[in-house]
Amino acid sequence: MGSLNQYIELYLQHRNEFAQGAPEAMNRLRGSALEVLQSSRLPERGEEGYEKTSLEKMFAPDFGVNVNRVDLSADIAASFRCDVPNMSTLLGVCVNDTFHPTKGLQRLPEGVVFTSMRKAAQEIPQVFDAYYGTLAALTRPEVALNTLLAQDGVMIYIPDGMVLEQPLQLVNIFATPAPVLAVRRLLVVLGKGASAKLLVCDHTQPAAVECLSSQVIEVVLGAGARFDYYDIEESSVRTSRVSGLFARQSKDSNLLVNGMTLTCGTTRNDYSIDIDGEGCDTTLAGMAIGSGKMHTDNSSVVRHLSPHCSSRQLFKYVLDESATGAFEGSILVTPHAPFTEAYQSNKNILASPEAKMHTRPQLEIYNDDVKCSHGATTGQLDQEALFYMRTRGIPEQEAKTMLMQAFMTDVIDTVRMEGLRDRLRHLVEKRFAGAEAMCGECKATCHKGEDNAR
Amino acid sequence: MKQDILLQVDDLRASIDGKEILKGINLTVRPGEVHAIMGPNGSGKSTLSEVLAGNPAFSVDGGTVDFHGVDLLALSPEDRSHEGLFLSFQYPVEIPGVSMVNFMRAALNAKRKYFNEEPLSATEFLKLMRQKRAIVELDNKLASRSVNEGFSGGEKKRNEIFQMAMLEPRLSILDETDSGLDIDALRIVAGGVNLLKTSNNATIVITHYQRLLDYIKPDFVHVLYKGRIVKTGGPELALELEDKGYDWIKEEVDNK
Repeated sequence: MGSLNQYIELYLQHRNEFAQGAPEAMNRLRGSALEVLQSSRLPERGEEGYEKTSLEKMFAPDFGVNVNRVDLSADIAASFRCDVPNMSTLLGVCVNDTFHPTKGLQRLPEGVVFTSMRKAAQEIPQVFDAYYGTLAALTRPEVALNTLLAQDGVMIYIPDGMVLEQPLQLVNIFATPAPVLAVRRLLVVLGKGASAKLLVCDHTQPAAVECLSSQVIEVVLGAGARFDYYDIEESSVRTSRVSGLFARQSKDSNLLVNGMTLTCGTTRNDYSIDIDGEGCDTTLAGMAIGSGKMHTDNSSVVRHLSPHCSSRQLFKYVLDESATGAFEGSILVTPHAPFTEAYQSNKNILASPEAKMHTRPQLEIYNDDVKCSHGATTGQLDQEALFYMRTRGIPEQEAKTMLMQAFMTDVIDTVRMEGLRDRLRHLVEKRFAGAEAMCGECKATCHKGEDNAR
Repeated sequence: MKQDILLQVDDLRASIDGKEILKGINLTVRPGEVHAIMGPNGSGKSTLSEVLAGNPAFSVDGGTVDFHGVDLLALSPEDRSHEGLFLSFQYPVEIPGVSMVNFMRAALNAKRKYFNEEPLSATEFLKLMRQKRAIVELDNKLASRSVNEGFSGGEKKRNEIFQMAMLEPRLSILDETDSGLDIDALRIVAGGVNLLKTSNNATIVITHYQRLLDYIKPDFVHVLYKGRIVKTGGPELALELEDKGYDWIKEEVDNK
């Protein structure tokens, strides 16, 4: 049981508080979650699927959980601004584990829902009840833990045929004077032919202490739906997260997931995508820029369950100093999925002798009529290119930065929003130039302290 | 007349992975001159250019290189560039994801910074790019692509001369610039080099063949063999080599 104990005890002591005010759909899963947790433990480093990351260790510290949902931070949400140039978003802010809509969300088109799960369960009970907890595998202890402790979350619903041009944005902020575990939960449901884009940004206020976020994201795409999920993690080296994204695609749907880890402590991302309908297209991309003692671990499973679908996975890491990274990715093609095209690539650069990368690409194919490939490379910066640039007068450090940035180009190019692509190029450039990867525009809240100090 | 000397190489020795390649090179280049360095394969021609440009893969084991009063060997590759040395690569490197524009701007502004000058404005820079591109008839499309990525052999070499035009070096070393070029590309590349020639700068042309020297007329022709310059003459030496090959020189040297 290990580190799970403290959370189980906490739950048993506060059963009523956890259930109070939470939607029925959330409460009715707690029993099964508890059963799973009482008979399991969190995976440790070296176990299958967790070669380099110990969830046991990540959950072990004595984190507080805001059981009574004390809200100390509404002002942070109220004053938050994210001015990505050329990109105005419909913004919601989640401080620790509590969702705060901004005024902009009053402009949501008729039928579109972007609100807390508690409100969503009242506004669209049939949708919320039908999908909450249906994709995330409750047998996984970290999912069960999230399900046991989740008191609220965020729900996005785009009704049939609705094409939402304006991107949605969800900003997760840690603001806490004491170590805290934030239980975050997101449910995204797109109806038939619906289309939307969501940008998620993780931040941590500089004054915040050790934080851990446990997040479970469920994405349901109706037939012909199109959804972009961009996740930029630029928290702090004292912030860790264990995140699981579970998606299911119906026929002719198009899903793009791009997870970018720019700054974190320890991050474990699990991606599980079920392609369950003909004619689907899936892109799963990710990058990690590691320095110091950052650790980034991405694990993916893309399951092809239907014929005539294509998927591409692309993960790139640049690890400097003592940073470490892990990637375990797999493509599963079932007997029901002939004419599958599925590709996976993981490329990594180790920029220092101390940096370490573990990679394990996998293919499991139970069908003959497929085009599949996978591959992984780990190396150093191209020394010839570096010399070439230096002979043109570009200083060594600048040349290295340009090459590392160039290395990430194809991950950034998967982004289907021009304003965000430009922003990402800028963020990545800044990150490689040694600056903390932070949107300058976020300083209205995240960097208040720094601003005063200047 | 020390001031009149642009490059003075004395007894330069260099090796790679413990293997000695340059075994005492002596070379004097004055402003306004064109020097051709010829020689059979493996004689050290490319090594000489790489060592002068500062490739860290080679170790310099002895000798001195004075570049207009500056100790060249003490400088980083980037500072050698700032001081006016340019190497046109035999195999220009492809750099996916780095646009020609960003590459050139970084190069130019680094040089300006070295001389305590303000960076060029975007307008000035693009204007300069346009002017210099014309010298080697380099397509605007190429200038907006990644450095050398997907360029044909001829385009890569033209891109080298374009960069040379942008950086306005005092000494250009053209390493086998003619290799892989058809006759039209050769004419354009050589035309560019001639256009950039002034009485203040100099060029070292490294080549196997007389062909390029029909277009870029050398004042001196040197033959490099087994890591040493074994023969120096005027333009007529290149013609003689074209006619007779290198064997007679090899024999001369080997039988000494």
